[in-house]
Amino acid sequence: MRSPRPFLIFPLLFVLALASLAAALMAGSLSVPPRELLAALMGEATPDGGLTAQVLWQLRLPRALSGFAVGGLLALAGALMQTLLRNPLADPYVLGISGGAGVGALTALFLGLAGFWLSGAAFGGALAALLLVFALAQGDASGAQTRLLLTGVVVASGCGAVIALLLALAPETRLRGMLFWLMGDLGSADAPWVSLAALAAALTLAFPFARELNLLARNPEVAQTQGVDVRRLRGLVYFIAALATACAVVAAGTIGFIGLIVPHLVRLALGSDLRLVLPAAALAGGALLTAADTLARTLIAPEQLPVGVLTALIGVPLFLFLLARTGRRG
Amino acid sequence: MNASSPPRLAVEALYLALGGRTLCRDLSLTLAAGETLAILGRNGAGKSTLLAALAGLRPPSAGRVLLSGRDYAHWGTKAAARLRGWLGQRQEDPFPATALEVALSGRHPHLARWQWESAADYAVARAALRETGLEALAERDARALSGGERQRLALAALLAQEAPLMLLDEPLTHLDLNHQIAALETLARRARAGATVVMVLHDPGLALRYASRALLLYDDGNSATGAAAELLRAETLSRLYGHPLLYAEAEGRVAFVPG
Repeated sequence: MRSPRPFLIFPLLFVLALASLAAALMAGSLSVPPRELLAALMGEATPDGGLTAQVLWQLRLPRALSGFAVGGLLALAGALMQTLLRNPLADPYVLGISGGAGVGALTALFLGLAGFWLSGAAFGGALAALLLVFALAQGDASGAQTRLLLTGVVVASGCGAVIALLLALAPETRLRGMLFWLMGDLGSADAPWVSLAALAAALTLAFPFARELNLLARNPEVAQTQGVDVRRLRGLVYFIAALATACAVVAAGTIGFIGLIVPHLVRLALGSDLRLVLPAAALAGGALLTAADTLARTLIAPEQLPVGVLTALIGVPLFLFLLARTGRRG
Repeated sequence: MNASSPPRLAVEALYLALGGRTLCRDLSLTLAAGETLAILGRNGAGKSTLLAALAGLRPPSAGRVLLSGRDYAHWGTKAAARLRGWLGQRQEDPFPATALEVALSGRHPHLARWQWESAADYAVARAALRETGLEALAERDARALSGGERQRLALAALLAQEAPLMLLDEPLTHLDLNHQIAALETLARRARAGATVVMVLHDPGLALRYASRALLLYDDGNSATGAAAELLRAETLSRLYGHPLLYAEAEGRVAFVPG
């Protein structure tokens, strides 16, 4: 009855996710062979007197898990935003959430704050942008959500101006940290459980509405007459997507292209049914960002690349290729 | 259907205004099972707005629209969707979806939140595709279909919804003559089986042939409702469209020809 493809794709995605996590744990200046990795994860003693275990448990595992959670959050938020705006080119940042977070985070960095205050300021900024856009676009019943999109884009560009101002005024010593934050970096993502919990919560909240979202993506008015409370669903999806984006940005800055590309890749493999796309996007986004971050750490070691630059460098050609392909077919 | 059950659709003193213009004033109407109503009027007279109000998509400025005796708020979105379906003017898909998936979307109100479409739902969707002549295109991407095929696909989704009240906004758009008749025959079959059909039509000859009742919506918001055979005459239609129409008959079929 249904296509058997999901039964191939989902196990494949699980394997890819595990492989990306394993690679993230094994690769680096201290390379850990699989046997030692297993031993260390099981809590057995390693030949080097615990150094491997320390590196794994305190550095690599938190970073790998953060990368996975952030990638999953971004891909999930991207799939939801594209559905909400009925626009395949939407990404999690299109409505200004990341801009708000950027203003918050850069203000904190500008003032020399770090740690909790930095995360708090970024989340506060994201929340402010989220509420501002939602309040201003309230009552937009249009199919393409034009007012919501325009409000978001304008708020985002306003945030962009404030960010540029902060960068221009910032003292040299703080500039590098600010730029790295903007480009997206998992180096300081040290609370993976928060991001993982956010990913689980977002997926758990969104998944029960996946069939309704399918109808909303197709035609909101028809969806309403087919039994979907469109207004309520839009509000719900907006908040899930925006909060997922905010959590991702707070953990790792604005990592580009995962949220735009991964939903498209997943749709190519599985079709547009969001009951499959949402969980698959979370898995694929997580695996892709974990793999990209491993590359970012190791490509020009001991130097580290900001992972956001790498995802953009991989993502841009990939996306242009997909766009050209679908353009020719259509 | 027993005699005491409420009408499928009841409109009480409906008043509709849009952008400061009165589209419809003091309209009252009841439709029972098996009836087919054709709505006719000039471009911009408010036919689509009226149909949207009947579908619960737009609140009336005054008056009430009752679906099986209760207003839309009473039923709630999902229960209302099991009672009435609506076909809009625009068919568009931003994301890829097969024709079968689009037809299956009509099954949504019959499924619980965690339920996936069953074999029975697939059978209903496939039957709807067959009725609209799209069986061979079931696995085709809806975005690759022609305008007429997409229109028929929207009709298939509506048929799959199996709502006893069907509201259709220009269901014949983009359709060839043979498909126009096929679509109207399909709806007539549903009406004979007990469904109630309301449709906005542009061809008064087809309205006369397929509708039991007619609603003429004038530009000033006034309207006339009555039996199709009484209302759809050359004089009334000429006044409605502001253009002389001639009555023509061939082998028992009626057409109104612009003079």
